Amino acid sequence: MIERCDVAVIGAGPAGLAAAHAAASHGARVILLDAQPRHGGQIWRHDVAHGTPPAAQAAIQALSGKVEWRAQHQVVAADGRRLLAETPDGAVEIDAGHVVIATGARELQLPFLNWTLPGVAGAGGLQALAKQGWPLAGKRVLVAGSGPLLLAAAATLRKHGAMVVGIHEQASAARVAAFAAQLWRWPARAWQAARLRVALAGVPYRCGSFVQAASGDTQLRGVELRDADGTRQVECDYLAIGYGLVPNVELAALLGCALDRSGTHARVHADDLLCTSVPGVYAAGEALGIAGLAAARIEGSMAGHAAADAVDAARALAPARIRERAFAGLLARHFALDPRLRTLATADTVVCRCEDVPLSALDDCPDTRSARLAARCGMGACQGRICGAALAELGRFPNDGPRRPPLFPARLATLAALPFRPTTEIEP
Amino acid sequence: MNACDLIVVGAGIVGASCADEAAAAGLRVAIVEPGTIGGGATACAMGHLVAMDDDPAELALARLSLDRWEAFADLPEAEFDRCGTLWVAENPAQAAGIAARVARIQAAGGHAHALDAAQLREIEPSLAPDLCAGMLVPQEAVVYPPRVAQHLVLRACARGAVLHHGRRVRQLDTHGVTLDDGTVLHGPVLVATGCALPQLVPELPLRPRKGHLVITDRYPGKLRHQVLELGYADSAHGSDGSSVAFNVQPRPTGQLLVGSSREFDIDDPAVSPSMLARMLQRAFRFMPSLGELQAIRAWTGFRPATPDGRPYLGAVPGRDGLWVAAGHEGLGVTTAPGSAQLLLDLILGRTPAIDPAPYAPSRVLA
Ligand SMILES: Cc1cc2nc3c(=O)[nH]c(=O)nc-3n(C[C@H](O)[C@H](O)[C@H](O)COP(=O)(O)OP(=O)(O)OC[C@H]3O[C@@H](n4cnc5c(N)ncnc54)[C@H](O)[C@@H]3O)c2cc1C
Ligand SMILES: Cc1cc2nc3c(=O)[nH]c(=O)nc-3n(C[C@H](O)[C@H](O)[C@H](O)COP(=O)(O)OP(=O)(O)OC[C@H]3O[C@@H](n4cnc5c(N)ncnc54)[C@H](O)[C@@H]3O)c2cc1C
Repeated sequence: MIERCDVAVIGAGPAGLAAAHAAASHGARVILLDAQPRHGGQIWRHDVAHGTPPAAQAAIQALSGKVEWRAQHQVVAADGRRLLAETPDGAVEIDAGHVVIATGARELQLPFLNWTLPGVAGAGGLQALAKQGWPLAGKRVLVAGSGPLLLAAAATLRKHGAMVVGIHEQASAARVAAFAAQLWRWPARAWQAARLRVALAGVPYRCGSFVQAASGDTQLRGVELRDADGTRQVECDYLAIGYGLVPNVELAALLGCALDRSGTHARVHADDLLCTSVPGVYAAGEALGIAGLAAARIEGSMAGHAAADAVDAARALAPARIRERAFAGLLARHFALDPRLRTLATADTVVCRCEDVPLSALDDCPDTRSARLAARCGMGACQGRICGAALAELGRFPNDGPRRPPLFPARLATLAALPFRPTTEIEP
Repeated sequence: MNACDLIVVGAGIVGASCADEAAAAGLRVAIVEPGTIGGGATACAMGHLVAMDDDPAELALARLSLDRWEAFADLPEAEFDRCGTLWVAENPAQAAGIAARVARIQAAGGHAHALDAAQLREIEPSLAPDLCAGMLVPQEAVVYPPRVAQHLVLRACARGAVLHHGRRVRQLDTHGVTLDDGTVLHGPVLVATGCALPQLVPELPLRPRKGHLVITDRYPGKLRHQVLELGYADSAHGSDGSSVAFNVQPRPTGQLLVGSSREFDIDDPAVSPSMLARMLQRAFRFMPSLGELQAIRAWTGFRPATPDGRPYLGAVPGRDGLWVAAGHEGLGVTTAPGSAQLLLDLILGRTPAIDPAPYAPSRVLA
């Protein structure tokens, strides 16, 4: 099946929803697609027990009748501006005049002893599971890692009946306090932080504390924590751990967009109006670097306007965007990772969990390619998304994620889909 | 003085095999490789060890090589898996040709036998039901080529070879080479640079021939043999601008590696969605259930193709002390050990294991 539109928006998180709305407001024919069954992306993910947050509901309702919504459409390949999406009903090709990349971010996982035990999950990952109905009532959950996302995750977990035994932030108390002292400049965030504090009343929040190892035989039984006072064991049923977010740049790379590789993790490079290095392809939200919800919404609107050729409307939002983007720098500065976290993985620690590759197997590998060729590291189903980001963070080699189709594992039938049939037909 | 008995330029599977052979013969060897060892075409290959029987010369080189590959059967790095090769016929004409192919392979010292449609279905139930016959070559195997190349280079180094890693040969000198950092090495030179041959030896025509491969998630037991369509040789040996042929391999991990495509005159290594689609549609014709499997990665590689499809193995006419081993197209993993033996036979003045004439570089300069 082939569909045509003026603007295709990939990703229906806050950035994508705003982009679709803005583009449609100028009369453009917009298709909004997401791999997930519902709108919302990460932060606005639908919660089976508690519904969709009001702001998300408003953003979704604003699209009704104006934007064509395609759920469970995962873009796995592209040929120029033609996108190939895998759906439960087969492959769909979308021929787009302009494209907005709003693919968001994923969590950064760092390897440590026994981090692959069942019961160890990403902080945002366990949060998402809770919203999808995973039973957590009465379970002891320890939340650890870094950044404000830990609080959001803990609040969701608690709301779903989990006993949050503690939140362990690796950044020092001084840094976290300095961060909090700046928050008044972003009132919406200060408000959100205050609400989270209320929701988490009674839950210990420890700074300068991190998980050094997990323990258990076939299932997590507890973790070893380390802080200024030394190490101690804490029992728990789940560990929800995340060290911040990594932009999903793979689709942009596949479309040929230049990436900014100046930091540890690549982000999509875009100009002041959010146009990438490929004319007609725009980017918004976390794909441009981690800056949170408000930036994602503004950038979504900007990119949507720009993709519909409404340059003035896009430009009008630029100052607001700059203000929100400043938050990204604040986050990065105050939640910078403790160098000790980079030494938790020892020679025997598995770094590539798809292929069971220990860190020691990479000792002679100067780059991701040689790691794949010599040790199968990054050759599995996640295509190096998890280990690639971790190894970049550990200072081994830069992350060089997938940029070839299929962007995600996809059925061979999808890759052989009709619209891509060659012009010179082959015999039956 | 950087003097040696043989300077091997390029450490793909071919250069690595030659360096290993030369070091084993007691020569003082230097190896020059700018990138990852085995990181060129060798890293992109399927690693199928297979004899193609339509050209007697190529069959002789493949047989010599396959015998030598047996020495790697227990080497962990090689990931040697004797899955055998199953050739399948999609029409009576191909089926009718099987008897002659069996005879050719037997005559060259291999083992093969014909299968009827029922036997085909019995050994590979997931093949298309209308395939009418097949030919099984049970001794053939698959390996993991880049790690074999690394193993061979290490083994050569253990016998005294000197590896100039991260260095590229900038130019050939009268009696040696100059590296990109200015280092000069003296001695006879063997160019084994695969597709990059024209940069150093422009008089030998060579074209890169692009191929695509896709690998799936793990499906242990889904397929037991490497399966190719009997028409594969027409794709491999034809000189069409582009062609596809069914060629699927079960990896020891349970993954399936699906090929194949061939394209001339393209230097962009990007995966082409339309070529991928065409290749997969061809594969579904032979194995319909492939469509449901999850693909996890696709890549491309370039085969070094000579005008007649045979590699250049031997002395370069008119150039003193210059040898070449390059141009193995889609069979260089298979034929690397035999190529190395033949080349060292020639360099050392031993009686060649097989007739070297069909591979002599002089054939294209006449
Ligand atoms: C696991 C996780 C949990 C988070 N929880 C919170 C929280 O509780 N509070 C908070 O303030 N912030 C949270 N964040 C941060 C949050 O991501 C951002 O603040 C905000 O959601 C970013 O919006 P976005 O639109 O840029 O991206 P996202 O909301 O991440 O949306 C991106 C969307 O793109 C889709 N997508 C990606 N690639 C493709 C493709 N190839 N084809 C089709 N669809 C695709 C994804 O399915 C996803 O729905 C979380 C982040 C993560 C990764
Ligand atoms: C998709 C595909 C599938 C294949 N499947 C199979 C198969 O199943 N079975 C099989 O037998 N064959 C297969 N082949 C063919 C096989 O891969 C090649 O024939 C073989 O790898 C060629 O080896 P090589 O050493 O000549 O070249 P390469 O592996 O390319 O090595 C050449 C080396 O020379 C180096 N080099 C280049 N220039 C210089 C310089 N100036 N100085 C120093 N070094 C230099 C390069 O860095 C490179 O490492 C396949 C090929 C492709 C593309």
